[in-house]
Amino acid sequence: MQWETVIGLEIHAQLSTQSKIFSASATTFGAEPNTQASLVDLGMPGTLPVLNAEAVRMACKFGLAIDAHIAPHNIFARKNYFYPDLPKGYQTSQMDHPIVGKGHLDISLEDGTVKRIGITRAHLEEDAGKSLHEDFHGMSGIDLNRAGTPLLEIVSEPDIRSAKEAVAYVKAIHALVRYLGICDGNMAEGSLRCDCNVSVRPKGQAEFGTRAEIKNVNSFRFIEKAINHEVQRQIELIEDGGQVVQETRLYDPNKDQTRSMRSKEEANDYRYFPCPDLLPVVIEQSFLDEVRASLPELPVQKRERFEAQFGLSAYDATVLAASREMADYFEAVNSVCGDAKLAANWVMGELSSLLNKDNLEIDQSPVSAEQLGGMILRIKDNTISGKIAKMVFEALAAGEGATADEVIEKKGLKQVTDSGAIEAMLDEVLAANAEQVEQYRASDEAKRGKMFGFFVGQAMKASKGKANPGQVNELLKKKLES
Amino acid sequence: MSMHELTLRQIASGLANKDFSATELTQSLLARIQAVDPQLNSFITVTEELALSQAKSADERRAAGENGALLGAPIAHKDLFCTRNVLTSCASKILSGFKAPYDATVVEKLAAAGTVTLGKLNMDEFAMGSANESSHFGPVKNPWDLTRVPGGSSGGSAAAVAARLIPAATGTDTGGSIRQPAALTNLTGLKPTYGRVSRWGMIAYASSLDQGGPLARNAEDCALLLQAMAGFDPKDSTSVDQPLDDYLAALSQPLAGLRIGLPREYFGAGLDARIGEKVLGVVEELKKLGATVKEISLPNMQHAIPAYYVIAPAEASSNLSRFDGVRFGYRCENPVNLEDLYKRSRGEGFGTEVKRRIMVGTYALSAGYYDAYYIKAQQIRRLIKNDFVAAFNEVDLIIGPTTPNLAWKIGEKNADPVSAYLEDIYTITANLAGIPGLSMPAGFVDGLPVGVQLLAPYFQEARLLNVAHQYQQVTEWHTQAPTGF
Repeated sequence: MQWETVIGLEIHAQLSTQSKIFSASATTFGAEPNTQASLVDLGMPGTLPVLNAEAVRMACKFGLAIDAHIAPHNIFARKNYFYPDLPKGYQTSQMDHPIVGKGHLDISLEDGTVKRIGITRAHLEEDAGKSLHEDFHGMSGIDLNRAGTPLLEIVSEPDIRSAKEAVAYVKAIHALVRYLGICDGNMAEGSLRCDCNVSVRPKGQAEFGTRAEIKNVNSFRFIEKAINHEVQRQIELIEDGGQVVQETRLYDPNKDQTRSMRSKEEANDYRYFPCPDLLPVVIEQSFLDEVRASLPELPVQKRERFEAQFGLSAYDATVLAASREMADYFEAVNSVCGDAKLAANWVMGELSSLLNKDNLEIDQSPVSAEQLGGMILRIKDNTISGKIAKMVFEALAAGEGATADEVIEKKGLKQVTDSGAIEAMLDEVLAANAEQVEQYRASDEAKRGKMFGFFVGQAMKASKGKANPGQVNELLKKKLES
Repeated sequence: MSMHELTLRQIASGLANKDFSATELTQSLLARIQAVDPQLNSFITVTEELALSQAKSADERRAAGENGALLGAPIAHKDLFCTRNVLTSCASKILSGFKAPYDATVVEKLAAAGTVTLGKLNMDEFAMGSANESSHFGPVKNPWDLTRVPGGSSGGSAAAVAARLIPAATGTDTGGSIRQPAALTNLTGLKPTYGRVSRWGMIAYASSLDQGGPLARNAEDCALLLQAMAGFDPKDSTSVDQPLDDYLAALSQPLAGLRIGLPREYFGAGLDARIGEKVLGVVEELKKLGATVKEISLPNMQHAIPAYYVIAPAEASSNLSRFDGVRFGYRCENPVNLEDLYKRSRGEGFGTEVKRRIMVGTYALSAGYYDAYYIKAQQIRRLIKNDFVAAFNEVDLIIGPTTPNLAWKIGEKNADPVSAYLEDIYTITANLAGIPGLSMPAGFVDGLPVGVQLLAPYFQEARLLNVAHQYQQVTEWHTQAPTGF
């Protein structure tokens, strides 16, 4: 049977406010346990929450960026359950009246198409602390530094159809929150965490299958692996005559498998009710207007501008706009070389694979935008061919020169455009391959086309790649036809 | 007149005239508490050292030229106001040994005004009760009859002030917990408008209903205390940023033209007729002072008790979750695992009435019941509020009994919690609507005090105090002291 995967994601983005959502404690990662926990964070009797306005502003930024309705009247509710790192015995969250309503985000898929993913809602809530189970001789330690850190929980519609789409969506959210400056996106530190709701159904069936929720998958790679594993598990289960049960599962990256954490029956009744210590949050239009005016150019707008202004393809524009840093780099290259197509090709091609290979972020690139732009100028003015440019690029990456010109000069990579010299070189090549020349001349048009490439290859080889390819083509044709 | 018989206002002039020092006054009252309180059990903690140091500092401030109305005034706090480094127990075993690391805003404000804290007062556990019988530290006795309850939950506050151990005290009122004990002990007690007094540091019972306020021997002293307690607090999101009235200045306003409403629902079945007569006696007196009277209706009052006993326990069930044996207070012996730690710490730490309300509240918020209970109760709450808003279009003040019955015998209602819940019938509507209410002495029946309740529109505490004060200028009920105290 053909199966279709249905995925919805819940992403928790830690907002990069200076202080916690309901207290004045700092939110810095990695401090000594319990040094960033105030009376409020400790859940001391008699303490009360006061909402951090900056967290509200950040949530509004996100809402506006995904074209969502911002609730002018939204309400904090208590989610009640007992856990040692949840000091009050409830998490202050939003339930029936979230701050951000329905919106959407466009993601680019590998085949170059763009897909729109619905976002059901996004709401503000406080993070819990951490339980530490090591180094306490059979007991557990509690660190409440993280308790009260503001989170924006972003809930997608079940619009995602594969693990790859899921990753593309999380990457798009990741890029967006970083564009907006509302989350540092550091997944290793838990600043962006993902719960995946996964189900399968026979292709063509309208109803959804029973879903399992995989908790806390914390890297792009694990998201893909966890989902693929879970999909496989569910399909095998059903094909063996079993049934998927609604449950929460944990992904174990070491074993690459998911295991059951709790079933629906074991799930808590959270007894949500409006938090009586906090008044409803009222958001006025003037505030929203002000937030809107403060928004940076967003990935979607940037993508559209890249298409319109530079004539880039939708795919190229999407990839380049996906991260603010990459977009800035691309624009810097373009401003030097004045050729957006070439700039895009180089940034997405050689530069990206270089960065991937060495696991670097673009702001750590060994080749600066100015260097790359300068090199592209030399391609454009025929000083070097594209092929030679790759050598120049590698040399720049290896620090073998401050500019492309310096590398070209030092290594003698300047392209040969003197047609006399090229002709002489071609004559030698043809003489050395007299038999092939005979065959060529005896062949029909179709066959000649194929053989022509052979001569070009030989010629480029003979010139060590430095001969201008356009001229080589032109002169070679002339000589063979004559 | 002995020092312990003085009101706050008399103490202020005594201190100003140097008849005695704050230290002398404090020493005298501490000795009296030690001698007398064993009969009443009104104090959980006596803070002798703190009191003497605060008194000394008050004397020094006065010597330096300060002359505040509360500078050197001895008071005590209900034991749910957090007091730095002093046991703050909510009269519960679960807060055994809990010394709060900070002062409640009310405590801080009163200390800044120069009050001297003599101790922490007994109460119903977590303010859940109307008789002060649910305290882990034992019941409080009514100084008017030691076999009877003083009311609750601010029963320790009421008993201590009524017995002249202290001139005034703080209390809190979630469903009548200031007004009802004031009525049963012949005191004046005020529940301010919700949001008028900061809840920061006041350990929550039902957050949307809780409000701190003063209990004292007369309206003037309540005005003095409220002036220092009230005001906007940025640490409490539900506190209201609105200027304070000058409560003392408002006391002398004449009552001519005051429109009083008598809600017929307050004089129906269930009311001890003798209490009803006393209330009408007060109304007659107010008429002499220039008030006009008309009958009004608050038609949704009959739904108030069920609504209250859904909302308050629902909020309590969540508010009390933090008492889990993990970070502070009582923890059971040798827990075998996390669940055991929770179950036994809470099972052993909370008393019966608290557990009852946690269970009621948990049930009311459960999936499948939430709409039928919690949402419905909130709808009723809105109707009750609307009733008051409509009534206050016609009248300036509403008057009725504070309680349906006189102080009952200790233990009398233990077997039937609902009969005790019904004692709140006249007071809880003010909490549900958020309006201010005051109870003041209205006379005696069988030697036991009767209270009359005044209700006013939002933020009209000044009006309540004014009417009570004017009444107290022409009557003597509030000056009566229990025999032997």
